[in-house]
Amino acid sequence: MISIIRTIWKVFLHQFRKRVTIQYPEERASLAPRWRGRIILSRDPDGGERCVACYLCAAACPVDCISLQATEDENGRRYPEFFRINFSRCIFCGFCEEACPTYAIQLTPDFEMAEYNRRNLVYEKEDLLISGPGKYPEYNFYRIAGLAISGKDKGEAENESAPVDVKGLMP
Amino acid sequence: MSGMIEKLLIVGIVLGGALFIASGLIWLERRLLGLWQDRYGPNRVGPFGTFQVVADMIKVFTKEDWVPPFADKAVFVIAPAVIVATILMPFAVIPFAPALQVIDLNVGLLFFLAMSALGVYSVTLAGWSSASKYSLLGGLRAAAQMLSYEVFMGLSLVGVVLLSGSFSLGRIVEAQQGLWFCIPQFFGLVVFVIAGVAETHRLPFDLPEAESELVAGFHSEYSGMKFGMFFVGEYLGVTLISAMITTLFFGGWMGPFLPPAVWFLIKTFFFICFFILLRASLPRPRYDQLMALGWKVMLPLSLMNIVITGGILLARG
Ligand code: SF4
Ligand code: SF4
Repeated sequence: MISIIRTIWKVFLHQFRKRVTIQYPEERASLAPRWRGRIILSRDPDGGERCVACYLCAAACPVDCISLQATEDENGRRYPEFFRINFSRCIFCGFCEEACPTYAIQLTPDFEMAEYNRRNLVYEKEDLLISGPGKYPEYNFYRIAGLAISGKDKGEAENESAPVDVKGLMP
Repeated sequence: MSGMIEKLLIVGIVLGGALFIASGLIWLERRLLGLWQDRYGPNRVGPFGTFQVVADMIKVFTKEDWVPPFADKAVFVIAPAVIVATILMPFAVIPFAPALQVIDLNVGLLFFLAMSALGVYSVTLAGWSSASKYSLLGGLRAAAQMLSYEVFMGLSLVGVVLLSGSFSLGRIVEAQQGLWFCIPQFFGLVVFVIAGVAETHRLPFDLPEAESELVAGFHSEYSGMKFGMFFVGEYLGVTLISAMITTLFFGGWMGPFLPPAVWFLIKTFFFICFFILLRASLPRPRYDQLMALGWKVMLPLSLMNIVITGGILLARG
């Protein structure tokens, strides 16, 4: 009995509290930098595509909404011929970002992707690819990886020593 | 002849006023619930969101009005009309101001009780004619709940009748000249308010609806304006019970300075807000708890109230 009256009184006092609603189109919630929203494909600092079309994101995706086709340019750099994300299926879990070895695929703090037509939710590579490096401004996969591409041979990457001559006797 | 026109005018004012308030409650309730739950409620359409009511009406009128093929058609259609009719009727006997009353029946109080008892038919028949198990369960609960609370509602008012010596609502208001009945009849007031909540099956006593267990209870199968009628009926019920609390326990239209009708509206508005506050704060009890509260607490309380009031009146001579 007392508890019921106390409940009513406490709820009554709530009218003097601040309202928690964020009036969306005029006010906006502040999204954390690591908020998992619209997916982008980033470029390395030199402007080359970071994605090496390894299919790891597509394999990691629990709802199979990424599809891509690998190909290779004249310098020996792999890149996706097409890269397609179906955002009507994406659950924004971020697994693709975790799986990616090159930081190419990244989730961004943006959720305003509503469309009138379901077809428009399928983003192609030109919709996904941005011009900058995204969250990792310094990272350049080919400058770190030991892979040989034109303009950089084995052993020339950062923090990498020249390959050992396996046939020589010298230490 | 002019008396006739005057009466018709009063009928128009009362009817229009009741329906206007009931539709305004759609907005008021959502705003107040929002206020008490730290959010806004509808605030986009029109000033403070008041046109939300219009938007809702357009919506409910243009919805498909569907009668399930397995339903008992005639009863299914009549049920929503019954609740609105039975709840609008008692407004005729409520004295909003000394001259603003459709008819001062000398059995006004009994008329009110009789009409609100008839309201049970609407809910029960709606549940039964829908021929769906959730509706039926809701209808059954409604029958049991409303019939048992009807008993205490009547008993709680006996004290008021004893004190004022009349069943006429106008006379009851006049009898409160010196002291509002909320003080000598405090227990009567408590029982009446609780029975009133149960009678209008509002939260926390909305077991006939109980959307968390029975889909929507007795009106699960209703759509369009028929569903709207149940809602209008519910809000009319809230208005009616608030007006009755004002009339019976808080001196009706009496009050200093302001015109009587304004006092009546202010008091009624206060109790409407209290009803909404109850909804915002209290959870729904279990069905057996509701029944136990009724028969084990409310009934003895109201009987005791009658005995004590009667005893005091006898002792005073
Ligand atoms: S966020 Fe999850 S669901 Fe969306 S593309 Fe990446 S892995 Fe798939
Ligand atoms: S986005 Fe990353 S994980 Fe996906 S294919 Fe490209 S490099 Fe591999």
